[in-house]
Amino acid sequence: MSEVKYSKEHEWIKLDGDEATIGITKHATEMLGDIVFAELPEKGSNVDKDGTAGVVESTKAASDVYSPVSGEVIDTNQMIVDDPSKINEDPEESAWFFKLKIKDKSEIDSLMSKEEYEKFAKETSA
Amino acid sequence: MSIKKTSLNNLHIKHGAKLVEFAGYQMPIQYKDGIIQEHKYTRSHSGIFDVSHMGQLFISGGDDLTNDLEKIFPADLKKLKTNQSKYSFLMNNKGGIQDDLIITKTSDGFLIILNAACKYNDYEVIKSKLDNQYKLNLDDSLSLIALQGPEAKNVLNKVIPGCDSLKFMNGNNYVYKNEKVYITRSGYTGEDGFEISIKHNDVETFVESLIENGSKLIGLGARDTLRMEAGLCLYGNDLDNDTSPIEANLKWAIPKSRIETEFVGSEVLKNQFQSGVKKLRVGIKPDSKVIARGNTKIYNDKNQEIGKVTSGTFGPSVEHPIAMGYVDNSYSTVNTKIFLEVRGKKIPANICNLPFYKKNYVKGEINV
Repeated sequence: MSEVKYSKEHEWIKLDGDEATIGITKHATEMLGDIVFAELPEKGSNVDKDGTAGVVESTKAASDVYSPVSGEVIDTNQMIVDDPSKINEDPEESAWFFKLKIKDKSEIDSLMSKEEYEKFAKETSA
Repeated sequence: MSIKKTSLNNLHIKHGAKLVEFAGYQMPIQYKDGIIQEHKYTRSHSGIFDVSHMGQLFISGGDDLTNDLEKIFPADLKKLKTNQSKYSFLMNNKGGIQDDLIITKTSDGFLIILNAACKYNDYEVIKSKLDNQYKLNLDDSLSLIALQGPEAKNVLNKVIPGCDSLKFMNGNNYVYKNEKVYITRSGYTGEDGFEISIKHNDVETFVESLIENGSKLIGLGARDTLRMEAGLCLYGNDLDNDTSPIEANLKWAIPKSRIETEFVGSEVLKNQFQSGVKKLRVGIKPDSKVIARGNTKIYNDKNQEIGKVTSGTFGPSVEHPIAMGYVDNSYSTVNTKIFLEVRGKKIPANICNLPFYKKNYVKGEINV
């Protein structure tokens, strides 16, 4: 059973052994509004925990996407580059951003559970 | 200073508006549908915009009013017929734009629609330039509603019969619930449409009846994407105190009859008409999907900085990123290759014609 954790920058990370899939939360897409552009990290590149790993833009503004953990990018989701509106439609499933080979699994410990994130999102958007 | 609310504040909230502060007012940036749906609904049907934060300045009294206003504004006010409107500018002595505005001749004077962020300053400037000789009323007893889109005329005609006979950039008095309303055929979206000046007490019922007839409330977010597609300027982004109407590529708004005459900033404008300008506002189309927003630096193919973007977004109807900005005049020709610096990368783009989205106005004025 794969585990999903959340960051304070509104990313979700689904863990599967040494690998992880990362995307942005539904709450994030609701704050952003209609997403019209997505930029992803390059396959094979390394990203740092809390480092910039992509960009999403709504009609209003651009926002960075951060990686919740460090690792090597092993896959990216071309679908959301071709049709960024998919991110609004299905942010926590098919519209994932990138997959990582995790460098240091202990970095996961600082991330939030679903319940913790929901509480955090509610408090910060109030 | 406390934040002001328009008379439609409750209605905005009822329709799920996300409210933001804009020019001292709490305004809807978008409603439940979101910016793209709101944008497209305006283009395909009709959208209602609460623009009550804008200034409605009525000036009246005295036979010399037209003459004295022509000393301020570069518009041909003597030729204006009653109820006819013109786009014009309040300029400083350097020819820089202090505000862009619409002047309409009324039965007893003029009505000037001012940008929200500029209106109090405009009022003081105009009042002082007129030497306090006339009656100026920045009327805060009125709301202002824009109804825009191909169906605007049909929707409005059901609520206020007869207004569909108005020509573009013309206005008239109508009656709604036994009260006078003033309607002009104009707008800021690239669509046919109207602006309705109406008493605060009646505005909510009026807007609800527009909604009942098929129109939808549209927020400032879509107002911005609509005006950008239409190639229209936003004061504070695309126009400012250091930019003249000639540089802004708005030469068409200065009638030939006024070029040799005197008004605030006329010396500079006359000079620019003769000798040209160094920078010019242009349309910009990025080659890729990357969006270049305001303040993005523009480079030539030799990596020299040649200007900056003043507005940029994704155009929901043209389905592509769009931008406008100022470049060194020698790079202003359509199809000139330029580069936009976005997040450290140089993104290729082309200078293009404005508007991005073709206008759909009702004819009646040649000066558009």
